[in-house]
Amino acid sequence: MSIPTATTTDTGYAGLAGLMTRMTGDEKHAPAATSTLDVLWVLYDRILRVRPDRPDDPDRDRFLVSKGHGPMALYAVLAAAGFLDPSELDGFAEFGSRLGHHPDRTLVPGVEISSGSLGHGLGLAVGTALGLRAGGRGARTIVLVGDAELDEGSNAEAVQYAGRAGLDGLTAVVIDNGSATHGWPGGIAARFAVEGWATVDADGRDHEELYRALTAPHDGRPLVVVAHVEPKGSH
Amino acid sequence: MAPQLCRIPQSSPIVQPSPIVQSSHPPESPMPASALLTVTHHVPDQRERFYRLLPDLLAADPRAVVLLADIGAGYVDIPAAVADRVINLGIREQLLVSTAGGLALAGMRPIVHTFAPFLVERPYEQLKLDLGHQDAGAVLVSSGGSYDMASAGETHFGSRDVALLDTLDGWTVHVPGHADEAQAQLRAALPGDDRVYVRLAGASNARPYGAGPGATVLRRGSRGTVVAVGPMADRTLDAVDGLDVTVLYLPTVRPFDGAALRATLSEPDVVLVEPYLAATSVPQVSAALSGVRHRVLGLGVGRAELRRYGGPAEHDAAHGLDVTGIRRSVAEFLS
Repeated sequence: MSIPTATTTDTGYAGLAGLMTRMTGDEKHAPAATSTLDVLWVLYDRILRVRPDRPDDPDRDRFLVSKGHGPMALYAVLAAAGFLDPSELDGFAEFGSRLGHHPDRTLVPGVEISSGSLGHGLGLAVGTALGLRAGGRGARTIVLVGDAELDEGSNAEAVQYAGRAGLDGLTAVVIDNGSATHGWPGGIAARFAVEGWATVDADGRDHEELYRALTAPHDGRPLVVVAHVEPKGSH
Repeated sequence: MAPQLCRIPQSSPIVQPSPIVQSSHPPESPMPASALLTVTHHVPDQRERFYRLLPDLLAADPRAVVLLADIGAGYVDIPAAVADRVINLGIREQLLVSTAGGLALAGMRPIVHTFAPFLVERPYEQLKLDLGHQDAGAVLVSSGGSYDMASAGETHFGSRDVALLDTLDGWTVHVPGHADEAQAQLRAALPGDDRVYVRLAGASNARPYGAGPGATVLRRGSRGTVVAVGPMADRTLDAVDGLDVTVLYLPTVRPFDGAALRATLSEPDVVLVEPYLAATSVPQVSAALSGVRHRVLGLGVGRAELRRYGGPAEHDAAHGLDVTGIRRSVAEFLS
């Protein structure tokens, strides 16, 4: 692979809080925004082969944020990774801003899909991974979903097919903050496992554990990383 | 783990579980059960042509990927060299359109096929978001039309497809009236990155009248214009026999060739004959003639559910889309 991972060292992880505050003011960050922060950091810091100076490189890894809710963490990490000028964060969600409460891929550099309506990213990721495979490209497709988002039945179609197809270029990261109204008895990983996915449960705040999970071997199978964070409403 | 990117098993069903449809014809026949009722045998079937064309389309463009949701999977015969670009997702129509969006984002050109209601109605939000909102394109190819599978009933009727696509931006909509037209439209759609819908019909005209995108003038008259869309052409010509009207043929309805309508206009009385929801293209006629005081009548499939089975010819008659019905409507409108 010719593309190195993104460089996120300008501000470091410690700088993300300041970037978030440019969008949220001094208020406590919304749960949906902070539940993804550590996963996003590890992805951009150590996993994804993407470069802000080559946003359209056909061999780049694709990171699809299906759970478009609470994109402040995404924008903060994109700013830290050099895709966005931090000054742009100040106008977050204003009429003239490119940065809305749900991201638009045609407006924001580094955003691979426009999202907001739940249950679309996994299907788009299946198509992206199939396209990269058909084109002979070795890039990974990584899609971020939420545990409540999995309520949408469209996800089941994608999970089933990806497993049967042995779509090993695909990785799903499920942020599990226990927000699904009727829960997932038996856990989320089991639902992917039965469809033929490799599964890893990880502490969604532990960067080393997340890194190990995201690099877990999964020959011939798609990989799901269930990143457990504190339950919604508990912070 | 064997990947699904492989030759599609010939045992796959051509329709969703629907014994009514499947029992009417031998399963080897790619012709919809109802097509024989309105198509003479020497007129090539549009859907059959599409299936036979697929190996060519795949060989011609390395970006082309065919996506299926079981419908048609048992009928396409794909050479091994391109078989990895024919993907049957099973009966998963949301995934069908989402996957198309993802493939397009990865630089491929998806050709997506199933029956009209399962391609446009069920995954409507996927069309809106996973193609339109992503600024991604695909070639959607439907079959079954409004009621080609008449005996299957309402669940398999697709008369609302073009009207639904009209709520979205950037769609080219082809309604071929002949297999040759469909073939030309499919070939032309492949090199692009845009959103194209090709509506294959069970009924066809006896010969091609032009593959669009512009209108073809079938005849000239001085008492008004009748616009025949796709497979409505032959029956419209029969219906206006002896009436002093212009007949325009449209194998492509979006974009709508309003310029041809204006250029050939005699009396500003226009009748649309469309094989889907009645009056779907009335706004396009109104826009084309916005500077002219005019009258317009939109013929097509009615909104009310008939709750009838039978064959397409009976549904044509019930919706006033047979020769008798079209003639009655046109004569009344112009009198």
